[in-house]
Formats: sequence, structure tokens, C-alpha cells
Amino acid sequence: MSSLVECRNVTKCYSNGRPAVYNLNLTLEKGHIIGLLGPNGSGKTTLIKMINGLLKPTNGEVLVNGILPGPETKARISYLPERTYLEAQRTVKDIVDFFGDFYEDFRKDRAYAMLDALHIEPTARLKNLSKGTKEKVQLILVMSRDAELYILDEPIAGVDPAARDYILRTIIANFNPAATLLICTHLISDIESILDEVVFIRDGQITLQTSVENIREQQGKSVDQYFREVFAC
Amino acid sequence: MAWNLDNDRPIYAQIVERIQLQIVSGIYKPGDKLPSVRELAAVAGVNPNTMQKAFGELERSGLIITQRTSGRIVTENEHMITEIKKELAKEHVERFLEKMRELGFEKKEIMALLESDK
Repeated sequence: MSSLVECRNVTKCYSNGRPAVYNLNLTLEKGHIIGLLGPNGSGKTTLIKMINGLLKPTNGEVLVNGILPGPETKARISYLPERTYLEAQRTVKDIVDFFGDFYEDFRKDRAYAMLDALHIEPTARLKNLSKGTKEKVQLILVMSRDAELYILDEPIAGVDPAARDYILRTIIANFNPAATLLICTHLISDIESILDEVVFIRDGQITLQTSVENIREQQGKSVDQYFREVFAC
Repeated sequence: MAWNLDNDRPIYAQIVERIQLQIVSGIYKPGDKLPSVRELAAVAGVNPNTMQKAFGELERSGLIITQRTSGRIVTENEHMITEIKKELAKEHVERFLEKMRELGFEKKEIMALLESDK
């Protein structure tokens, strides 16, 4: 079986000197929930944007399902960016309809079930929702697609712990065993129980890719503890 | 999350222990059907692959059995369940004795303490 994402000698330079990602190699298989972990400025978001086709590598290549990122791969990737791109004037229902029109794999019933469970009114306008509720709406939209690859950039940072639990449970319950979920976050201890693999990134390079159970078994530590040790300042 | 698992020990091993305990204590009875991997993963708040691995381990030990048509059930071999119960009890006793020895108690004193606790 071929891998889902393949990065080969990928380098990305912005105009200001030091590359954000340098000669990076990474393979992500199908059917895993993977944590992409690294300190600030380590290249996480740059890497994610290249997988999404929002940035082009300066050198090397990124392949998704064996092809270069483009309309075909974007139809199969559900991406939660760091920052919102939704219009604040619109209602939740408007946006659900918009997603339903835009993505073939969008499941409206799933979106409404999750909105209901988190007590979010479909008639509410985005601008009138709290920061955390807005984040919940975005995450619900992203998880309501039947994608092959979900990429979540800091998905739970602004969400209260109870809703975090619900969201994580929802992710597991809806998770298609053939799909892959890449979660980029600093809140490691909150999510590590749902991960099966972690990728550590530092200075634009992958420093570790392993199963989380390996870390627990070999280091006798949680992923969170291990991360703090590896990236100690 | 729901199952209060420690993140510094392999999670599948903790799930195995937990389900074992639920079986020997009779929460799941011999022949009972177990929830699906996905259901239980969502309840426990763990990765489905981890839950799968725990189930694999329990199947290897014979404590749970996969049936082609009706999912997984608890073994009906009550002798096996009793044996596992004894084993777990032995582990607990050993751990207890070790702690007591650390505290400086001799076997006789420990016995006397246990008697007086009745």
C-alpha cells in the first residue's frame, strides 16, 4: 500500500535568509492519528501549508496519494488553519450550507449533530460567538467531511476542557480507519491519548518519528514529558 | 479523560488490565458481548489502533474470543477466569508484602495486623 503523504528532500525558503523547512523527509501512512510537535518557529505550519498546496517547496517535492498537491488532493484533504477565514457576518447555518455546496464529501447531518451536542445555535452569526465557540464551529466543519487526510493546526487551543473532551471523542467516533489525521498542537497532554504516532520537528527538520506507545515503553514517560525534555530551553 | 489512563505507561497495557479486571470482577460475565473497538475507544478517549492492540492481547490470552458473526465475547471458560483472578490476587499480595517489608514489618507482624483487622 502506498503512503498518503510523502515529503522528499523538501526545502522552503522565505525571502529572509534561513529556510523554514530544510531538506525534510517524511512519510505519513494511512489510518493513523499523528501529532506534529515542535517548538514555535520549527516549521510546522510551513510544512502543513506545503502538504495543503498553499505553499510550494523551494526544493524537493511533496506528494499526496502519489500526486503533487492541486485540486484533486485538496478535495481529499480537510484542513483547519490556524486562523479563521470565515465571514463574521454570516450565520452558522449559512456556513454549513456553503461547506455543503463546496465540498462533495461534506456531511451536513454530522455537522448539525455536533452543533447540537455543543449547544451552538445554527441561526447565530459568527461575529456574535465567543472565540472558543467560533473555534468549535470551525472544527465541526472540518470534521464533518469524509476526507482522507485531516490536518488540524492548533485545533483546541481556545476551547474549554469539557468541550475538548467532547471534540476528541467525536474525532475518534467519526474517524474513518482508512483516513489519517495530522494534529499540530502545543497541548500535548490533552491529545496524546488519541495519538498513535508523533513526529518531532525542529529547525525545519524531522528529528523523531515514532509510535507514542514506544515512547511510553522505552522512556517510561508521557509524550508531553518527553517533549519537554527533548526541547528543553 | 473518561478512563483516567496514565500517559507515562503504554496505554494498551492499561486497557488490558482494566478489561481483565472488569471480567474477573463480573462486570462482564462469561459469554457477554463486548462493545466494538470504535465504541470502546471513544468511551475511553484513546486511539482506535491502541484499543485494537489491547483487544489483540486479550484474544491471545484467550480471555476474549472473536466470533465471525457477532463480534467479541468474553470466554465461557470459567476456569480460565478464576485462574486469572488468582494471578491478579497474587500480584496484589506480593506488592502489599513488599511495601510492608519496606516499612520494616516481619511476616509474623503482618499476619497479626491482618488478623486484628477483622
